[in-house]
Amino acid sequence: MKAPPFSYARPRTLDAVLKLLAEGGGDARLLAGGQSLVPALNMRLLEPKLLIDINGVSELSGISESRNGIRIGALTRQAVLGVSEIVARRAPLLTAAVPFIAHEAIRSRGTFGGSLAQADPAAELPACVVALDAQLEIAGPRGRRCVPAREFFKGVYETALARDEVLVAAEIPAQRGETLFLELARRHGDYAMAGLAGWAAVQQGRVAEARLVFFGTDIRAIEAKTASAALATSVEAAIAALDHDLTPVADLNASAAMKRHLAGALLRRACAAAMARAA
Amino acid sequence: MSEMVAIRLTVNGATVERDVQPRLNLVDFLRDELGLTATHWSCEHGACGACTVRVNGEIVRGCLIFAVQLDGATVETIEGLTDSGALAELQAAFHARNAVQCGFCTSAMLLTADALLRHDPDPSRETIRAALSANYCRCTGYHAIVDAVADAARERAKRP
Repeated sequence: MKAPPFSYARPRTLDAVLKLLAEGGGDARLLAGGQSLVPALNMRLLEPKLLIDINGVSELSGISESRNGIRIGALTRQAVLGVSEIVARRAPLLTAAVPFIAHEAIRSRGTFGGSLAQADPAAELPACVVALDAQLEIAGPRGRRCVPAREFFKGVYETALARDEVLVAAEIPAQRGETLFLELARRHGDYAMAGLAGWAAVQQGRVAEARLVFFGTDIRAIEAKTASAALATSVEAAIAALDHDLTPVADLNASAAMKRHLAGALLRRACAAAMARAA
Repeated sequence: MSEMVAIRLTVNGATVERDVQPRLNLVDFLRDELGLTATHWSCEHGACGACTVRVNGEIVRGCLIFAVQLDGATVETIEGLTDSGALAELQAAFHARNAVQCGFCTSAMLLTADALLRHDPDPSRETIRAALSANYCRCTGYHAIVDAVADAARERAKRP
């Protein structure tokens, strides 16, 4: 189907965006890359009165190196993220994840912040920012605030963002350890049935410290804290510990039991690859 | 609500000015406003890939972008890229390999394959399949299409 009728605004500054958003109340929506919003419009799942196109707000775009890591503007395209030299050096988990996001023709428009604000449980980038312990910068009518990525994702399409707020950027500390990233989907580019994003610091063939985040299994990206700690003992202990961390939810592609199985299989494969690289 | 908005953009090298409704997507703009009907649409939610065109040099889903967003942009469709010869090796290989059955997906397949070859001039079959997973062919001609893209990569390597 086609999108329902809407009015269109293309402000040039963040202040103008916030003003339009406040005036629009619940009837206004932000249009960034549009790769999730426009399908929802075309399927008539949403009928906003006003679309606020933020693509002209240059202060929302760009990747820069900061003292402790990197800063990624919310409007940065996923394709740009995937080829950024700064990202590859400071947060290689993101570089590893980008090729798994849909397809090139979608990554060319889809944005980093759009994926976070959408909070699809099967999306790669929410899991990555949780694994990287990012701080998410949010602008609203009451000024700016920062929310840790670990507290940002609440549920299916549900985040800490209020209706009148805009996600501005993520501040990401430099990644430590070896990158862990794998996902399983029916076809390349489809939504993950189960995915793993994280890192592991390997010393003398053992995992000294790790952060494991699973996506596509639960209602949101889930940090597997027990399994991350258990990796210091053994990979098999960590796989067993996933029972404690995950509450898999069945979807069209896989039962809860299958997702639980896939999460363990991904962890085993990702650890084997990380150990081999660190050796 | 939904008042008309004036846009000015470049399509296949020509400047185009139109007043559009905000809800008009790019593929409908190309087909209905400009008569460029070689770009097709089907699912209208970004899954099938039939509406793939280039915006500012990069491939996009034409059903997931509104014409009103493209004020000042450069759009290239299969018509323009055929005229310029940019897809010549791919088109010849699709013909030679019989990688076309009904032809509905072909315009978009060519654009997706071209984007792959621009990033990776010597892709493996696995890489070709991964890139083409963005586009549906309901005649199930995928094997011939993969063969054609592999042939075109070899032909492109001979370009001076």
